[in-house]
Amino acid sequence: MEPLINIHSSAVPLPAEDIDTDQIIPARFLKAITKEGFGKNLFRDWRYDKNNDIKGDFVLNNPIYKGQILVAGKNFGCGSSREHAAWALYDYGFRVVISSYFADIFKGNALNNGILPITVSEEELHLIFRRIETDPAHHFDIDLKNQILSIDEKTKILFTIDAFKKECLLKGYDDIDFLLSLDKKITSFEESQIIY
Amino acid sequence: MGKTLFDKIWDAHIVTTVEGGKQVVYIDQHYIHEVTSPQAFNGLKTRNIDLRRKDKIIATTDHNVPTKDQHLPISEPLSRKQVETLLYNCETFGVTCYGLGHKNQGIVHVIGPELGITKPGMTIVCGDSHTSTHGAFGCIAFGIGTSQVEQVMATQCLILNKPKKMRITINGILPKGVSSKDIVLYIISKLTASGGTEHFIEFAGDTISTLSMEARMTICNMSIEMGARGGLIAPDQKTFDYIKGRKHAPDEETWEEAIQFWETLYSDDDADFDTEYSFNAEDIGPMVTYGTNPGMGIRIMDKIPSDKNSKALEYMGLRTGESLLGKEIQYVFIGSCTNSRIEDLRQVAQFVKGKHKAKHITALIVPGSKAVEEQAKKEGLDKIFAAAGFELREPGCSACLGMNEDKVPAGQYCVSTSNRNFEGRQGPGARTILASPLTAAAAAVEGKLVDVTNMV
Repeated sequence: MEPLINIHSSAVPLPAEDIDTDQIIPARFLKAITKEGFGKNLFRDWRYDKNNDIKGDFVLNNPIYKGQILVAGKNFGCGSSREHAAWALYDYGFRVVISSYFADIFKGNALNNGILPITVSEEELHLIFRRIETDPAHHFDIDLKNQILSIDEKTKILFTIDAFKKECLLKGYDDIDFLLSLDKKITSFEESQIIY
Repeated sequence: MGKTLFDKIWDAHIVTTVEGGKQVVYIDQHYIHEVTSPQAFNGLKTRNIDLRRKDKIIATTDHNVPTKDQHLPISEPLSRKQVETLLYNCETFGVTCYGLGHKNQGIVHVIGPELGITKPGMTIVCGDSHTSTHGAFGCIAFGIGTSQVEQVMATQCLILNKPKKMRITINGILPKGVSSKDIVLYIISKLTASGGTEHFIEFAGDTISTLSMEARMTICNMSIEMGARGGLIAPDQKTFDYIKGRKHAPDEETWEEAIQFWETLYSDDDADFDTEYSFNAEDIGPMVTYGTNPGMGIRIMDKIPSDKNSKALEYMGLRTGESLLGKEIQYVFIGSCTNSRIEDLRQVAQFVKGKHKAKHITALIVPGSKAVEEQAKKEGLDKIFAAAGFELREPGCSACLGMNEDKVPAGQYCVSTSNRNFEGRQGPGARTILASPLTAAAAAVEGKLVDVTNMV
């Protein structure tokens, strides 16, 4: 996993709420056996119509909006556990998703793939949407070490992140490295467990 | 302070606690399927590590498989490649795999309980959000991503934050024609699609106690649709009776011992929940969804409420204030890990016996497993379905998520017993109306949505 430390980028606004993982990556694109190449089908049915023509009114098709940050309405990533949603976002170029609420499984999948989910309040989310609306090229700063999302010099949001996952993101570590180091403890648990 | 059912199982599976409070939780059973496992196997190969416990993992093919002619090679090349990859990986790593044609094959959440693998007190995971289904047996079961699939393969453990605890109590007698699917759709309509986030939900109350194991599975299955990590129900005599004699049930020697342990699995009277809700069964009616997430549901006799989500109504071609009673539909799908078990098929058969689907309706029944399919045939349900114009297919996830050929065309309405009405879920542009098997059967016969309380 690539480490994630600081991000200085403009952002793409997607104010819809309850964006489910079927929208992020429709099931018919889950047939790959590797993690690569999902970005081209990110939000497939919102980006393209049934004739595969580009839908000009969708934000990802609007050249004025770009960057490594996606800002989305509440309950982002609900539905299916497909990690392909995180792979698709990453492959497309997103490193940070900001929302007022994340679905649990998506949040875990994002963190396991070097994507930082930042939860902000509804008010802060509106503020961020307004800032992008006023100036689509506006750059936000994210400092993971100090857990600060800077909208500008004056407006800074302190966000929370699990200490363990923060360390993993900063260093590019996977949970699996840590779990493998627990071999003896796992063995002793297995030896003491009675199951039916 | 007493413990909840969830606490009892969780606490018994802690291997260690990590600095900062996260816990390393031991996983007793891992189910895998073709779609979310290949990248995990690749990870093991890259790291050159083996499965920690191949005896605790069971594989099946379900998500992308065709539901016709399963004895023939899969014609769609990408699906075939994915299924072949699973078979190859299982053979290489020594995992038991129930592939197409095997008598134990089926939707992963249908076969686990059917084979008696799912048992009270266990921790169970699968790279599929509907793993919550298994909670009906009084276990902690939840969906995980592929990175976690790899972690469990390698270490049999996950690093987790302990979820909050919610209890939803339902008391009273359900009105006629109202089933467990209606209960859970009703709850989600009240709590919204994110109302359970960060929680594990225990379902309790006398209404839940009266439900069969299959009906309980339907409720736990959809706990993810309110954003919860999972749902569970305390095991009781019905649970024990269901498990007894199944392939992986405890043998006669350990059976009494197992029961003694399982009987300790309930929430203590003084246990504390972070959040509690209670509902009356009498208030619940046959439910239908009108929008593009499972929280957008109403009783069939109610009208579509005003909703700020105009995009959803536009997608569905519906309007605020409109009634769905009498709404013409084109497709009926009976299947998915929510409602594809033998009781669901029996209920549909009982209703459609001697009737016929409306002319313009395409009605598909996809059994949850080979065992369900065989049982249905043994009971003659296949003949009833055929006479009524319903097509009985072979097992798989099918039109629930439209990964195979079973899709609903754009703009068409499908009354579906599945779990998600997301945009495009059943095919690009498809309009899904979630409902119970009975409501779906009645819609197929009438060609439109009807209130089944007047028909049974």
